[in-house]
Amino acid sequence: MRSSSRRVPDRYAAGPLVAVLGYVACLILVPLAALVYVVAAHLSEVVTALLSGPALHAMGLTLAVAALCVVCNGVFGVAGALVLVRQRFLLRRLVDALVELPLALSPVMTGLGFLLLFGRTGPLGPLLDAIGLRVAFAVPGVVVATLFVTLPFTLREVALVLEEIGDSEEQAAATLGASPWQTFWRVTLPNIKNGLVAGTVLTLARALGEFGAVLVVGGAIGNRTETATTFIHAAVESRAEPAAYGMALLLGAAAIAALGALQWTEKKR
Amino acid sequence: MNRAGPYLLRGLVIFWVTWLVVLPVSAVLIRAFADGPAAFVEAIANRTALDALWLSTWTAAIATAINTVTGTAIAWALVRWEFPGRPLLAALVDLPLAIPTLVAGLVIVALFGPQSLVGGALADAGLPIAFARPGIVLALLLVTLPFVVRAVEPVLAELDPAEEEAAVMLGANRRTVFLRVLLPPILPAVAAGAVQTFARSVAEFGSIVAVSGNIAHKTLTAPVYVLGEIEGGNPAGAAAVSVVLLGFAVVLHPLARMLAMRAGGRK
Repeated sequence: MRSSSRRVPDRYAAGPLVAVLGYVACLILVPLAALVYVVAAHLSEVVTALLSGPALHAMGLTLAVAALCVVCNGVFGVAGALVLVRQRFLLRRLVDALVELPLALSPVMTGLGFLLLFGRTGPLGPLLDAIGLRVAFAVPGVVVATLFVTLPFTLREVALVLEEIGDSEEQAAATLGASPWQTFWRVTLPNIKNGLVAGTVLTLARALGEFGAVLVVGGAIGNRTETATTFIHAAVESRAEPAAYGMALLLGAAAIAALGALQWTEKKR
Repeated sequence: MNRAGPYLLRGLVIFWVTWLVVLPVSAVLIRAFADGPAAFVEAIANRTALDALWLSTWTAAIATAINTVTGTAIAWALVRWEFPGRPLLAALVDLPLAIPTLVAGLVIVALFGPQSLVGGALADAGLPIAFARPGIVLALLLVTLPFVVRAVEPVLAELDPAEEEAAVMLGANRRTVFLRVLLPPILPAVAAGAVQTFARSVAEFGSIVAVSGNIAHKTLTAPVYVLGEIEGGNPAGAAAVSVVLLGFAVVLHPLARMLAMRAGGRK
């Protein structure tokens, strides 16, 4: 219905359309082209900077943390969506609102919250000391911060699908004698597959690009807690532009690839 | 197991949300008010903090005003017209949702930075963009571009273009058609997108760190001020300004959700 109602622009529409295209081109396309141009102009320096030890370490850490978040928040997302869509309980609306909160909060504030919790003087500090686990200014801090900012994505995508398909198939399976596990693996999971894929891509993209919370909680210590984004930040501060622009282009390309993958899976739906 | 399953699942979800969301937010709230309300007010009522909050508010307002207009126009272009470059436009509008916001800021510096061709020329002409306030607004425009478009597009797609055509046929000019026929039904959606844009702008961090230069009283926004206070060993000050930002978030986010619900359309 939507595609058939679109028309070839008449002469009144041409002006606004050109303005719209010009605005988006100036805002996104031209600056992106500028980044590509700067990287291309300093290509050998960029390659050297990106192959340096700290840069590779930052990329590795970012990928590892992102993978961990995809798994943890994937499991939580499916469980959370099932609970919030299929169950009715007292605190449901509160939990529903809390899940969305990471989208609304400034990541720096979240970082501060985790520092206050897990820092030496925080309430959980002595406990963590006792079991010998450092969170603040250590890799677990980077993980926690990224888990927080990627919390809602898989849950939201899966919840949308669950709402759409309803629970008649699950009830049919249960009536026919399937155990809850069988119902989940044979009926629910295949049904929510698309939502799970979309949520995974969004989680991955967000995890690769998280900056504020990771900077505050992880402390961006080179070769230890520095991620791709905090590597860029450090490079800008120390005026190492080729390293900063190179890593930025890499992250940007990853984001574009993620978006492309998402649109491809949506088209397949 | 069969009986306990749903409860175990619910417990897991509540546990996960509690330690990941409730605990850190509570920690900030407790720190902000630990020394009493007077100390909280004192932590906010200094020039640097107030300037930062004010800068965040007005740059967010300008970015919201601009992207509300352009976002509505983009949605209209995407829904109503078939033209070359339409798929590219649709993809570009979604891009800021995927691109890390620090990268978005850096991209602007690449174009408008003092060493770049465009930025150098503009700075010579007395209009520096990067490391100045226009850069902040530009960064906000870039990262918030999708919100109004995404809010308006599905609602607009549900409207029948025949109504607009009928109005034209009856002699209404373009302006009248827009104000009387097109705008009223999409207004809640436009408002929802605008509120989302403003909320995101006030909280924006990564792109602004890269673009603004972060000079106190001039280009230091509230979230960047919070970072400075954390690094400078003043968690009380950081927590106090964070609480103001939290206030923005808990008011604006439900408001946007409510407006989106009223707007209808497919999600």
